[in-house]
Amino acid sequence: MVINKSVVVIGAGPAGLAAAVELFKCGIKDIVVLEREPFAGGILNQCIHDGFGVIKFGEVLTGPEYAHRFIDEAEKLGIEVLTSHTVIALNEDKEITVLSTKGLITYKAKAVILAMGCRERTRGALGIPGTRPAGIFTAGVAQNLVNLKNIMIGKRVVILGSGDIGLIMARRLTLEGAEVIAVVEKMPYSNGLARNITQCLEDYDIPLLLSHTVINIEGRKRLKSVTIAKVDEKGEPVKGTSRKILCDTLILSVGLIPENELTLGAGIRLDDITQGAIVDENLQTGISGIFACGNVLQVHDLVDHVSNEGEKAARAVAAYLESDGDEYMEKSHIPVKAGNGVRYVIPHTVSGNRDVTFSMRVDRQWENKKLSFKSSGNIIKSIKYRRLSPSEMVVVSMKASELQGVKGLEVSIDEA
Amino acid sequence: MKLKKEMTCIVCPNGCKMEVIYGDSISVKNALCTKGEEYARNELTNPVRNLTSTIKVDKGVLPLVSVRSNKPIPKEKMFDVMQYLKGVVLEAPVGFHQVVCENILGTGADIITTREVKREV
Repeated sequence: MVINKSVVVIGAGPAGLAAAVELFKCGIKDIVVLEREPFAGGILNQCIHDGFGVIKFGEVLTGPEYAHRFIDEAEKLGIEVLTSHTVIALNEDKEITVLSTKGLITYKAKAVILAMGCRERTRGALGIPGTRPAGIFTAGVAQNLVNLKNIMIGKRVVILGSGDIGLIMARRLTLEGAEVIAVVEKMPYSNGLARNITQCLEDYDIPLLLSHTVINIEGRKRLKSVTIAKVDEKGEPVKGTSRKILCDTLILSVGLIPENELTLGAGIRLDDITQGAIVDENLQTGISGIFACGNVLQVHDLVDHVSNEGEKAARAVAAYLESDGDEYMEKSHIPVKAGNGVRYVIPHTVSGNRDVTFSMRVDRQWENKKLSFKSSGNIIKSIKYRRLSPSEMVVVSMKASELQGVKGLEVSIDEA
Repeated sequence: MKLKKEMTCIVCPNGCKMEVIYGDSISVKNALCTKGEEYARNELTNPVRNLTSTIKVDKGVLPLVSVRSNKPIPKEKMFDVMQYLKGVVLEAPVGFHQVVCENILGTGADIITTREVKREV
């Protein structure tokens, strides 16, 4: 049986829920949100700490409270959110195959919003030598076990990677009675928010070892120790600096990867850097009518931005459906390129006829530089920054009037 | 006498790196908003933190419910409150923003739930 829908949203995390609510507000009510977990809310359910919602709601909320706002609103609006429904395939005709306890379901949609989020990089992606004992967790898995399943994961903990989830887990495990011996970071700076260094590490006297990494893992059944060492500018271990730390648990907080298997299955092209879909200014992918938002498009720092991107995708879908799809693909062919000092820029193409919000990340830490938008070598916009860091997404809005007549755009870091 | 201290404000994700000059009075530089000064004042006299944790739930669809203090509590009481919460068990269903412990350990803060947990069927 095939069920027809105006819009199918894949994923009921912050991006998908915000998109669904916004679609409804735009008058598009024939929609369904598909979620593989038994609860809506996505990763927010296990992010029990606070700090969410400051930008979007002007309030400090915990993850579950932030999710609750959207879950509650979706419920009140009567939006169909189906949990324990796993999408296993999507094709270019916008047919969606779903596994559920009721069996196999197929949806056919006029438009699809991809909001599957991301997953964590694991030990395999790092290639740390050593044995393969129990006691090695990614930070998100540790968070899930401790905060949702009531399973404590260890007593003496080393954390590799100083991203926000790693820092948050350092505090959480300390409060739960574990001893966090150190947070080890390969880069000479932390990728986490400054406030988390203060309130998660300094508050509990947990050392942050910058320019260090784990070079070996020891133990047979359970982790016994890790060997750490200083690294040079190239990230190579420095001889004579290694030392062994006795521990039973190693937590990896070493980055997130957008979960794009469905996207690839539909034949949508991904960006090599973001590992998310290549999109135009409407967040539309290479396939007409399929849009992407949230962490499946690019890994965000703040959930507030994820929700905003979900809403933006929803408004684009509303316009797409209204225009019957055709002209909406309209001439969004002007390429946008990441130049010197910039890792990536989203969107990948613009039309030059609409206002555009660009999001990007720089490739290293920069101080007192200019971020320039150039077309055929001419600067059409430039903004001064006191500090730019790879761990902070940069968002720049441009008016259609500024983009008029642009042939191609390059965003780069220049001397201020 | 004037003393100087660098402080990272933890009120919001901006994480302003503030320069705090204190002594008879407090003045704060490099803060993007006025909350920075309040934070700095607290840090110097009575540092407080929001506490978030979990509490056991009996007969629920989940074994835990997430909770928080409804206002910041003194930093030095964090572990005492954690120890206290270890002994609390709620029976499902648990509501959203349900008050679990009033005036926890005399801090003036209540512990409230941050999600609902339905009863297991």
